[in-house]
Amino acid sequence: MKKTWIIARHEFTTTIRRISYILLTISFPLLGLLGILIYQGVTQWSGEGPPPEELKIGYVDETGMFDKYTSPDGVVFMLYDTSDEARAALFNEEVSEYFVIPEDYFATGLISRYTTKRELELPRVTMALVEDFLVANLLAGEVSDDVLKRAQTPLLPISTRLDPETGEVIPPESEFAAFGLPYIFALLFMISLFSASGFLLQGVSEEKENRLIEILLSSVSARQLLSGKVIGLGAAGLLQIVVWLATAVIFAAIASATILPLAGLTIPIGLIVFGIIYFILGYLLFAIVMAGLGSIGSTARESSQWTMIVVLPAVIPIMLIGLFIANPNHVVFTILTLFPPTAPVTAIMRLSIASLPTWELLLSFAILIASILGAMWLASRVFRTFLLMYGKRPSLGEIRRYIREG
Amino acid sequence: MDTTLLIILVVTIVVVIILRLMLRSFRQRQGGMNGDEEAPPRDEATPIARGVLVPGKAEGERVEKEEKAVEISRVYKSFGGNEVVKDVSFTIAPGEVFGLVGPNGAGKTTTIRMLMDIIKPDSGEITVFGQPLEEDTKNRIGYLPEERGLYQKMRVSDSLVYLAALKNVESSVARARAEELLRQVDMLPHKGKKISELSRGMGQFIQFLVTIIHDPDLVILDEPFAGLDPVNRKLLKDIVLELKGQGKAVILSTHMMNEVEEMCDRILMIDKGRVVLYGELAEIKWRYRNNSVFVQCEGEIGQIDGVVGRKEHGKYVELFLDGETPPRKILSQLVEKNLRVDRFEVSTPSLNEVFLQVVGKEQ
Repeated sequence: MKKTWIIARHEFTTTIRRISYILLTISFPLLGLLGILIYQGVTQWSGEGPPPEELKIGYVDETGMFDKYTSPDGVVFMLYDTSDEARAALFNEEVSEYFVIPEDYFATGLISRYTTKRELELPRVTMALVEDFLVANLLAGEVSDDVLKRAQTPLLPISTRLDPETGEVIPPESEFAAFGLPYIFALLFMISLFSASGFLLQGVSEEKENRLIEILLSSVSARQLLSGKVIGLGAAGLLQIVVWLATAVIFAAIASATILPLAGLTIPIGLIVFGIIYFILGYLLFAIVMAGLGSIGSTARESSQWTMIVVLPAVIPIMLIGLFIANPNHVVFTILTLFPPTAPVTAIMRLSIASLPTWELLLSFAILIASILGAMWLASRVFRTFLLMYGKRPSLGEIRRYIREG
Repeated sequence: MDTTLLIILVVTIVVVIILRLMLRSFRQRQGGMNGDEEAPPRDEATPIARGVLVPGKAEGERVEKEEKAVEISRVYKSFGGNEVVKDVSFTIAPGEVFGLVGPNGAGKTTTIRMLMDIIKPDSGEITVFGQPLEEDTKNRIGYLPEERGLYQKMRVSDSLVYLAALKNVESSVARARAEELLRQVDMLPHKGKKISELSRGMGQFIQFLVTIIHDPDLVILDEPFAGLDPVNRKLLKDIVLELKGQGKAVILSTHMMNEVEEMCDRILMIDKGRVVLYGELAEIKWRYRNNSVFVQCEGEIGQIDGVVGRKEHGKYVELFLDGETPPRKILSQLVEKNLRVDRFEVSTPSLNEVFLQVVGKEQ
């Protein structure tokens, strides 16, 4: 047991000192921080922002109908007799832009707008001001001021979602919480899962390639070696996940306070607890399979080619993210939650929006644990034999035979 | 919230139970692998010509009743129906250098791996220091495998300390001993270097130091001289003889016969998985002697009883004996004749010649 811990400690300290591990671990917190900073920077220093204090907009009225309400809040509409005058005013920077209301405006609704600025799209704030100005003039004298105000802003929607079964009101969720979280968590979870089990694969095949295995096996048993590695690298992966989850909780708090679209964003507590359990189970499954594959290939490169077989099914839930956002309770996701290789990632996606029924959770735990035991049984049969087989890759028939013979 | 806590509790308990089960099933597997299958049929070993030792109990058994470093008896191993080791038995005493010789693919490495418990024999018994191999016994063995290497990115001293820790050596002790060993082989300035920065020969030597850093009582060296230059080869031999002087048992496995001849007290020769020679090196060579003596002396040798032929080799002459007269009788006849004898040597074949003879006969 002591030697298992020595190996685990060695693997843990070597891994957390790897540059790739450190970069990966701090990249997510850094990206999050950067995201918040950029958002704040964008809202404060650039973009549309509030319009300048004295916005002056010129206009030429060929209909002679638009002469009232020329100075609502924050803007002054300056009437010019001819387009040339308005243009001169624009060039002299007396107005920031001008528009021409043609004689046939009532028939066509067309208005020509002139500006000197380069724009990606029509500035929404200015357009709203112009719209209000036009509506006010069109309805001038026809309706009361209250009706006029309503005509200018006829719709301020408050949308409520009802549960079709209970009829209760479902509290509103932020867009990001519903769509962003599952995606981000599934992605991070998968990255960490594969980087930890990938380190294991790399470690085993490196030791095999460097001919260290036999020296190690003369001091420790294959079981001690395997479990020491699994524990040490698993601890490193877990540390990474914990750092990420902690960052996610902190950033969610900061973001919901400072970023408007993310208001009310919290990380479900179930996600953290079960996320860690799923990480441990998922990691064990992949790690054991990877260790088995690592022992079979004769070089690190060869073994990592084999891992595609393992990685592909785990990516399926991420590929189905579109379907997931539209319908997280689709039967496909129940199947993926129960199928061992896809279970951890799918479960994390569903947990992040709290849509995983308890029975599915428990059943998927049970299936995962059973498949871990199965993988352990298979891996222990091939691990020792193939670790010492150099230079030649065993054929499928040989692998089958060694599994049978043990 | 209460249900969540309950679920967490249940899941934690389940995970703990499962992990314990996993550990136990793994342990059982380890135990179960230890040869509970039926032993393969053993063909009776046939004695090889000229009294060569048959595996089992016979005259090669020179080891005293003291604690034997290694005792292997009637071990068999096959891979996928291919018998690699057949009925191999031998013992090794503390304080001796034991040669395990044979051509490539003879079964030397498999035998050693079984001795180290890296692979399990199909049948037969192996004890080290009087007990079946366990973790404690493993800590008393230093093994330099033929297929060997180190973590390329790890520093020399860290490699030594980590691999010593796996032999149950405290890191402070290991660090001191690493310094001492590195100083002894003049490699102390390299202790902070990464393994990948060392030359091949140096790397080989570090591997040897890894083998002996935990002060093992049994040292197993599989082709230790491969990749070493003559200077390092000499250094390694000196250290091995020093170990022998300290009462350690050393197994030297190689196909380089001259090294064995130089260093070993007793040998086991193995070919195609079968023991073909076992015993004292000197005695084996005596057994395979050419039944002739080399004589160099002043004056005419003349007629000597018991000599059936002679062959001139320039300065000296080779006398072929009749097979009944011992060489000392020849010498006494020479002395009686008042000849000045400059050289009198019983012709013994090199181990290489013995090997070729034995293996040639087998085929």
